[in-house]
Amino acid sequence: MSGFGCFTHAVVRAVPQSLARDALRSGGLEVDLLKVQEEYEEYVSVLKHRLGLEVLELPADEALPDCVFVEDAAVVCGDTALVSRPGAQSRRRETEAVKAALTELGLNIVEMTDESATLDGGDVLFTGREFFVGLSKRTNQRGAEILADAFKDYAVSTVPVQDALHLKSFCSMAGPGLIAIGSSEAANFSAKFDVRLICDVCIYICVFEKLKDHMLIPVTNQEKAKVDGGLTCCSVLINMKKNI
Amino acid sequence: MRRWHVCSEMSATVSGSPGRISRSFTQSIPDMTLYGDVGTMRALRTAQRPRMDIRSAAALYFCVSVLMKRAKGQYLFFQVCDHLNLLEKDYFGLSFKDNTEQSCWLDPTKDIKRQIRNSQWQFVFSVKFYPPDPSQLTEDITRYLLCLQLRQDIASGRLPCSFVTHALLGSYTLQAELGDHDPEEHRLDYISDFQFAPNQTKELEEKVVELHKSHRGMTPAQADTQFLENAKKLSMYGVDLHHAKDSEGVDIMLGVCANGLLIYKDRLRINRFAWPKILKISYKRSNFYIKIRPGEAEQFESTVGFKLPNHRAAKRVWKVCVEHHTFFRLVSTEQPTKTKFLTLGSKFRYSGRTQAQTRQASSLIDRPTPYFQRTSSKRISRSLDGGIALHLLCLCVTGTLGLVSNGSMSSALLNETSLYEIPVHRLSLKLRVQGENIYVRHSNLMLEDLDKTQEDVLKHQASISELKRSFMEATPEPRPSQWDKRLTGSPATSLRLQAHGVRVLVLGIRTPPQTLRMPLSLCSAEKLVYSGCSFKCGCVLSLSCSLARYFFKRALKCSETKSCQAAHNFDMASPTLTKTVGINAESRSCVAVRVLRLDGNGDGEPGVLMTAQTITSESLCTTTTTHITKTLKGGLSETRIEKRIVITGDSDIDHDQALAQAIKEAKEQHPDMSVTRVVVHKETELAEDED
Repeated sequence: MSGFGCFTHAVVRAVPQSLARDALRSGGLEVDLLKVQEEYEEYVSVLKHRLGLEVLELPADEALPDCVFVEDAAVVCGDTALVSRPGAQSRRRETEAVKAALTELGLNIVEMTDESATLDGGDVLFTGREFFVGLSKRTNQRGAEILADAFKDYAVSTVPVQDALHLKSFCSMAGPGLIAIGSSEAANFSAKFDVRLICDVCIYICVFEKLKDHMLIPVTNQEKAKVDGGLTCCSVLINMKKNI
Repeated sequence: MRRWHVCSEMSATVSGSPGRISRSFTQSIPDMTLYGDVGTMRALRTAQRPRMDIRSAAALYFCVSVLMKRAKGQYLFFQVCDHLNLLEKDYFGLSFKDNTEQSCWLDPTKDIKRQIRNSQWQFVFSVKFYPPDPSQLTEDITRYLLCLQLRQDIASGRLPCSFVTHALLGSYTLQAELGDHDPEEHRLDYISDFQFAPNQTKELEEKVVELHKSHRGMTPAQADTQFLENAKKLSMYGVDLHHAKDSEGVDIMLGVCANGLLIYKDRLRINRFAWPKILKISYKRSNFYIKIRPGEAEQFESTVGFKLPNHRAAKRVWKVCVEHHTFFRLVSTEQPTKTKFLTLGSKFRYSGRTQAQTRQASSLIDRPTPYFQRTSSKRISRSLDGGIALHLLCLCVTGTLGLVSNGSMSSALLNETSLYEIPVHRLSLKLRVQGENIYVRHSNLMLEDLDKTQEDVLKHQASISELKRSFMEATPEPRPSQWDKRLTGSPATSLRLQAHGVRVLVLGIRTPPQTLRMPLSLCSAEKLVYSGCSFKCGCVLSLSCSLARYFFKRALKCSETKSCQAAHNFDMASPTLTKTVGINAESRSCVAVRVLRLDGNGDGEPGVLMTAQTITSESLCTTTTTHITKTLKGGLSETRIEKRIVITGDSDIDHDQALAQAIKEAKEQHPDMSVTRVVVHKETELAEDED
């Protein structure tokens, strides 16, 4: 699992004005657009300057209020990018610009053309050894199958997602061999999967406080959270280093 | 001129012989006294031992004469490993296709003949346990063989991988086999004979070449190691898949691997159970069950059940799980509990060494690296049934010549015919192929299917007339004249009738044995039996036990009504009957009837022997030995009665009548019992045949 979590590039997309009013959300809170912009800028700054990634910024599209959440548009692993088919109808066209950017970077593009399939990148968790795909309101079985076909080297396991929008709404990779998961979901997750089986290194289901060995860079996400946006949603991370 | 020994296995058969873990491999030569003098045999074996020559072209085919008595699977397997110069044998095994075209592993502890039965005598050498960390294998040759297997797995699609991985693994293959890329020697088409993926594109080949160039300087052993380092990470590496349905009837795949049990639905992994989480695995009928340890939040264990296509499939999955769990998780194999009497359910246990043991043994390997040649995999036979593509050594064991090694391996092997001298086996079956006169060949299914309920039996009986009908329609009704035709030299054609899983063997009886020269197609024991033994034709059905029971009941009825001339004449013969040879003017027939009353629940636990007694009674021409045992099983008593009736008389004895009579007598003496098994042997004495 060496090399896991190492990235060289990131694809992000600017915040459209229409986000404040039209972005899909589960709650009914007012969103301060200015604050969202600030958060976004800080986020990109951290990627560029603190983490040293090469960041490709895509322009916003007012017709697509959720376009800032580029993570949902594609799944990148190795040199292959699977351009997804977002579950929400209003978000389908977001993939065009992302696809163009990834093609430019020289990745192999796989497109999800099957009309019975839906997949949001936010439902896909890659551990370095295998994929977990959350079956949620936005991602279905067929979408997971197409992902499995695109990434044949890896096992793809499905996880039912009920109370959250995406799989990565309540869990994420916190380092090689480490999944961080929200405490309320922890029980469900480990019951369905022997999470310890994932790799030889023990995986602990933990809360963020326990991450003592990691450098934590706090980045505010409050405003975006009002539209169900998480941190990972705002970027697509790519490793362009040739490791063969 | 040969002397024939009387088969002395009858007592073993009658009392039943549960699979026992064999003693260590001491049997180096099968019972060759039947085939010629031992000295020649031994000389042949050592002299003909081929040099180490592994080429990857086709699967390893073994054509073993059906006459190889009592040879256990281990014998053959060790022969192969010997020829391959392989020491780390524990990861490999021999497989064959059974009569339902399913791949089965050859059990090293059991007789080959008993396992193969009616299937083709065609074995494939393959990897049984895929080591999670191939770099820990001691010898390069072991890694090489593992690579060969994986190449086959990848080419057949059994091990899916991405484009890049196909290219990478392919490039390591080239580096290992061809060495450094040489632009002069290696044009683009030099690799078109290799198969790197199920669907090979030009694009892939180009990528392979590109990567091949980058491995300059790598030795073959290093290339193999790199190959394995990448292959072992693939998600389907070492996963043995079985079709099944979950408890709701949804189609799934069960995958057994070193880590545990994986459940797949439509190529997606929907669940997994690591070995530490599994408490118990079991099978019953065609269902497979696993008991899971309770999770952190749960209090009770849970059981998950899967539906397999049939009983055999369920048992197969169970066996594979037992083997994988034992090999990868245990330090040493558990000792099987010694059982004196037939126990219900399988007592199968993995009998080989565990990974821990083999690693320990491997660390003691201290020989110089064996030299072996890797020749190009050009001739990978695409129709391989999944084994390691090794161009080999066709080891032919014949009745007269012993182990002969045929170095040349042509693809026409399967069509080759050779002439062998085959002593004809005598079988005491009367053959008639008309209407209801179907002779049933008894199998050990009696024991395996004891958990079938009464309803199941009745259901089977209901479908029997249908079976018979379809059988009759399917039979081309062989006649003696056809036999003669076959005997004179045309290649034997296989008379294989498949009607609802019923197989037909054509056997013969009651003729003076003759050494028969006839064309024999290799790799087909079915044909061997078919062509080797008969003059008069007839049909023997190998049926499920419920069907057998049906015939039992008919026979009983027959004997009760005293109309033994009724169409339901049949003999029950055990599989070992085929080993009875020889003729005599005077013959003795032995009819053994076993009568059983099951009080207990028969749940597989060995019982406690309460009483045992043997009674012998003799009359003018019959000797009856009755052996009664009472065992206590789980609080209930079970009585077993075995009657062995030896009838001495001329060869003109009417076996059917004798059988019916014996059954009748048994029933009379024990009216509350039912006949569960009838075994007929023909015991003959030494004679000289007319050569």
